[in-house]
Amino acid sequence: MNELHTIAVEFKQVSKSFGTQRVLNDVSFRLEHGQALCVLGRSGTGKSVTLKLIMALIRPDSGAIWVDQENVVGMREHGLSSVRKKLGYLFQDAALFDSFTLYENLALPLVRLTQKSKNEINELVQQTLTDVGLGSHGSKYPSALSGGMRKRAGLARALVLSPKILLADEPSSGLDRITASEIDQLLMRRRDEHGTALVIVSHDIHGVRRVADRVAVLDKGYIVAFGSVEEVSQSENDVARRLVTE
Amino acid sequence: MRWLARWLDFVGRVGLFGMRVLADSLRPPFEFAALWHNLAEVGNQSLALIVVSGFALGAVMTLHTRSTLVQFGATAMIPAVQAVSFFVEIGPLVAGLLLAGRVGSGIGAVLANMRATEQIDAVESLSIDSFKLLVVPRVLACVISLPLLTLFMDFAGLLGGFLSEELTSHVAPGLYLSRAFDHLQWSNFIAPTLKTAVFGFIIGSVSAHFGYTTDKGAKGVGEAATNSVVVSSLLIIVADVLLIKCIYFLFPDTAL
Repeated sequence: MNELHTIAVEFKQVSKSFGTQRVLNDVSFRLEHGQALCVLGRSGTGKSVTLKLIMALIRPDSGAIWVDQENVVGMREHGLSSVRKKLGYLFQDAALFDSFTLYENLALPLVRLTQKSKNEINELVQQTLTDVGLGSHGSKYPSALSGGMRKRAGLARALVLSPKILLADEPSSGLDRITASEIDQLLMRRRDEHGTALVIVSHDIHGVRRVADRVAVLDKGYIVAFGSVEEVSQSENDVARRLVTE
Repeated sequence: MRWLARWLDFVGRVGLFGMRVLADSLRPPFEFAALWHNLAEVGNQSLALIVVSGFALGAVMTLHTRSTLVQFGATAMIPAVQAVSFFVEIGPLVAGLLLAGRVGSGIGAVLANMRATEQIDAVESLSIDSFKLLVVPRVLACVISLPLLTLFMDFAGLLGGFLSEELTSHVAPGLYLSRAFDHLQWSNFIAPTLKTAVFGFIIGSVSAHFGYTTDKGAKGVGEAATNSVVVSSLLIIVADVLLIKCIYFLFPDTAL
């Protein structure tokens, strides 16, 4: 297979500042389809910004961002819309639509972006909710759910369109160990069975060890370590080593 | 001068925002379901406030007008004064200000909360145009609802005035209505009612602008709600002056 076709996400010398604060500095990395990349780093080091750059919710100051063979930097809204159909995004606080029930949250993209019949949508929504352990909660509003349940519902919404690339901002935060492990299993199943590329921001080192094929450690705007968990655990960079081993 | 520059900058940004609303409202896909939902939210749920306010204002105005006109033996003019003042100015302006308070703050707060909780980003991440889904239907709902609500306010004001008059002078309903509409022309009624569509556009655009563009998190929710009411009320009053001038230019007969 052509190398280009295997690349899910590629950053080429991407920089991003907010005001005077430089968050990302000439960041470059590459992720292939069917791989899971975990982005680690201390708070405020640009991990969530990295995900939003991939989704083109914010624009970089310089550099190129390739998503499934398309450079999203400078792309117009129409083009972005077609790229975003290939992506799923689990937000840090789930970002569920609070005036919609869980069912409606998941059905919205299916109704808007697919030609599926009402029955097919019902089945798919129910199956996806069941996959994340919320099969009996479809009629509830987000305000009636616990933080962990909202997180799982957000994950279900991100997965409902079967994206080629899933971006997950701390998928296991607020979850107990068992549920976090189940979510990790679900993510790995998506990666292994559907070839979904995963970009996961996480502080949960147990989850990282389970899921990650590659780990990128961000510190002060730079990628200070990149490789497998074992490689990063032997990094010369103190922050990278401590994040993976402690 | 710095505040003037900031103010002009703001008016320019809201103007561009409003132009985007106009352009997007003509571009498919059309969000009919969201428009219907917002019409119910803006129109239906504001109806009681408008009717009760109009009724009370009509009754109070009649009481004040009577105490003055009675000195000139001109109490027969009360229905005409009531009708002209309500249809030409009080109904449209007060309905606009009430809607700015009830709906403007709601639009600003809801959109600001959606921005703060990343719900707008979530809409975008689902390949859905958040501006067309969240902003355009809200502004259009204000544009469509306000003229209709103004009609309710006008007639509620007339009813309040009639009941007040009836209790004082036992005037017959037919006579009251006849005297009320004798001096009223269609141009006194249609143009001022339609100008409220512009008020609705101002309320919707200003409030949506504050909510949609905020970047201050939870703090921005309160600010958006307050600023939506204050700025849209102010702009409605300023726009009213300009629109009255336009109406007098287009319909010279309405200049009483």
